[in-house]
Amino acid sequence: MQKLLNWVDERLPVIDAWNKHVGKYYAPKNFNFWYFFGSLAMLVLVNQLVTGIWLTMSYNPSGDGAFASVEYIMRDVEWGWLLRYLHSTGASAFFVVVYLHMFRGLMYGSYQKPRELIWIFGMLIYLVLMAEAFMGYLLPWGQMSYWGAQVIVNLFGAIPVIGEDLSLWIRGDYLISGITLNRFFALHVVALPIVLLALVVLHILALHEVGSNNPDGIDIKKNKDENGIPKDGIPFHPYYSVHDLLGVAVFFFIFFIVVFFFPEMGGLFLEKPNFEPANNLKTPAHIAPVWYFTPFYAMLRAVTVDLFGLDAKFWGVVVMGAAIAILFVLPWLDRSPVRSIRYKGWLSKIALAIFVVSFVVLGYLGIVPATEGRTTAAQILTALYFAYFILMPFYTRMEKTKPVPERVTG
Amino acid sequence: MRKLIFGLFIAFLPALGLAAGGSVHLDEMTPDHTDKASLQRGAALFTNYCMGCHSMEYARYKRVSDDLEIPANLYEENLIFTGAKIGELMKNSMDKGMAAGWFGAPPPDLTLETRLRGESWVYSYLRGFYKDESRPLGVNNVVFNLVGMPHVLVSLQGLCAVKPNVGVKPTVEPLSGNINHGDVCPEYAIEGSMNGAEFDQAMWDLTNFMSYMGDPVKVERERLGIFVLIFVAIFFVFAYLLNREYWKDVH
Repeated sequence: MQKLLNWVDERLPVIDAWNKHVGKYYAPKNFNFWYFFGSLAMLVLVNQLVTGIWLTMSYNPSGDGAFASVEYIMRDVEWGWLLRYLHSTGASAFFVVVYLHMFRGLMYGSYQKPRELIWIFGMLIYLVLMAEAFMGYLLPWGQMSYWGAQVIVNLFGAIPVIGEDLSLWIRGDYLISGITLNRFFALHVVALPIVLLALVVLHILALHEVGSNNPDGIDIKKNKDENGIPKDGIPFHPYYSVHDLLGVAVFFFIFFIVVFFFPEMGGLFLEKPNFEPANNLKTPAHIAPVWYFTPFYAMLRAVTVDLFGLDAKFWGVVVMGAAIAILFVLPWLDRSPVRSIRYKGWLSKIALAIFVVSFVVLGYLGIVPATEGRTTAAQILTALYFAYFILMPFYTRMEKTKPVPERVTG
Repeated sequence: MRKLIFGLFIAFLPALGLAAGGSVHLDEMTPDHTDKASLQRGAALFTNYCMGCHSMEYARYKRVSDDLEIPANLYEENLIFTGAKIGELMKNSMDKGMAAGWFGAPPPDLTLETRLRGESWVYSYLRGFYKDESRPLGVNNVVFNLVGMPHVLVSLQGLCAVKPNVGVKPTVEPLSGNINHGDVCPEYAIEGSMNGAEFDQAMWDLTNFMSYMGDPVKVERERLGIFVLIFVAIFFVFAYLLNREYWKDVH
C-alpha cells in the first residue's frame, strides 16, 4: 500500500495536496455554529449531483413528455420518488445553507482583505446557483414551472431596445415551449454544473491560500509557534472533519424529516400549481417564485414608478439586479478596522440586524400576493436593504470599535 | 451542541406555517392511506362514477391492485372497463377533443388532483352540487362556481334543492352535548339511494382514494422515514463521541 502510494506520489503530488488542503491545513480553533454551513453546502452539492444524474436517466426533456416522465419517476422507477424528493428538497436546502453561510461572512467580516476573491467566487457561485435553480424549476413542466419561467424570461423584455429580441433569444421561441425546455435542460445538467464545480474549486483554493477567518476576525498566522504553526490553529483533519460530521448528522436529521414527511413543505418547496401540467392558455391566479427568490421578486414588484420615459418594470429589473450586484463590491464598502461584528460598534450591529430583517420580510412579501400596504412595506424594506450597503463606508468608519484581542477567545 | 440543533431548527423555521389559504370555507378532510377498506370502496366509486370521463393516466392499474390488496383477476374483471391490460396506465376511452365540445373543457386528469387542490377541497367539492336551472347542466357547485361538470353522483346523493352547507362547523346541542354534524344538504329536489351520512362516508372514501392516487408511496415513505431518522440519530451519537474524543485536547 505504501509502495503504491509512493509510486503515485512520485508522479502526482497527492500527499502534498492532502497536506495543503486537509491534513496540515490549519484552521482557527474557535469556529462556532456558523461554520458548519460551508461543508454542508458541499454535502448538498454532492447530493444534487448524484440524485440529478439518476433523475436524468429517467427524465424526458420534451414538452409532451416531461410532466409524465416526472410522474413516471415518482411511481414506476425503483426509488424514483426518493431521488426526486432528495433533489427537490436539496434545492431548497442548498439555498438555506448558502444563505446562512453568506450571513456568517457578513457577520464576521470574512469578505475583508485579504479574502476579497473568496467572497467574489462565493458570489459567483450564488449567481450560478440561482440560474441553476431557475432552469431546474422549469423541468417538471408544471403550471408554476411554465409561468414562473415566462415571468422571469419576460423581465429581459423590459430592457430598452434589445429587450424583446433578448428574451426571444433566451426562449428560442415566441413563448416558453419545448425548445426552451430542452435548452434549459442542457444548461441545467451540463453547462451550469461544470461552472459551479469550477467555481467551488476556486472558492476553496482561494480560501486555503489566505486561510480561514474566525468569529473574532483575528489573523491567526500572526501568532505562530517555533514550528511555524499558528498557535490558535488546528489541522482541518481530524479536528474539523469529525466536527463537521456532527453538523452533517443534525442537518440530515432535519433534511430527512422534510424528505420523508413533508416533501412539499406546505407548498413552499414544491408549489401546488405545479401538480398540473404546463398549459400556455391558462395563467395561474397567483404566480410566485420559489421561496429562495422571493426577496428579489418583492424588490422587483416594489418598483411602481416609470422614470425617464422607461417602464417601472425596467427599473424593477434594475433594482433586482443591483440588489445582487452590490454584494460583489461588499469587500470595498466595509471600511472598518476590525472584521468581526464582535468588535464593531453598535451602528454596524444595528445595520446588520436591519439588513437581515429586511431580507427575511421581503422574502415573505414576495410569496404573498401584493396589496397596496405590502407594496409600500416592500419599498421601505428595499430602501433599507440598499442602505445597509450604501451607508456602510460611513458607519463602519464613524463608529467606535472595540479593541481586538491578540488571541482567539474560544 | 444545543445551540447547533436549535440553530439548524431555526434555519428551517421560515419554511413552516406558510400554507396557502383558500377563499371558500371547506370541510376538513384528513386522508388515511392505511385504511385499505376505505381505499377499496373509493376505488370502486372512482372506477364506476368518475373514470368514464376522468383518466388517471400517470398511474397503473397493477399498482392500485397491489397496494389496495385487490386480487389482479378480480380487478381486471370488475374495475377495468376499457379492455386494457392490468399493467397499463389508467387512461380512459373518452376522446379529449369531443369531451371539450360537450363540457366546454376536457375533463382534467385526476391523478394529482388532491395534490393540486388539497383533500379538503375535493371532499367539499364532491358534496357541493345543488340544483341551478340557470346552468346548462342544471347544477352548480358551492366550491367551484359555474362548474362545467354534471352531478354524476345524483343517483347516490340525490339532488340538493338549495346550496349545501359545505364548510359549516358542526353544532353542539346544548342539553345533550351531542355533536350535530347535520346533513350537508338540508333539502332535496330528488332523493338519492344514500342518506346524508352514507353519502358523506362514500365521498370520504372517494377522496381518500384520490389522495392515495396522488401520493401512492406516502405510507411506505413515512414508514422508511422513521428508520432513516433513527439511523441518523444513532449516527449522531457516535459522531458526538468521536468529536468529543478528538477535541478534548484542544484548549
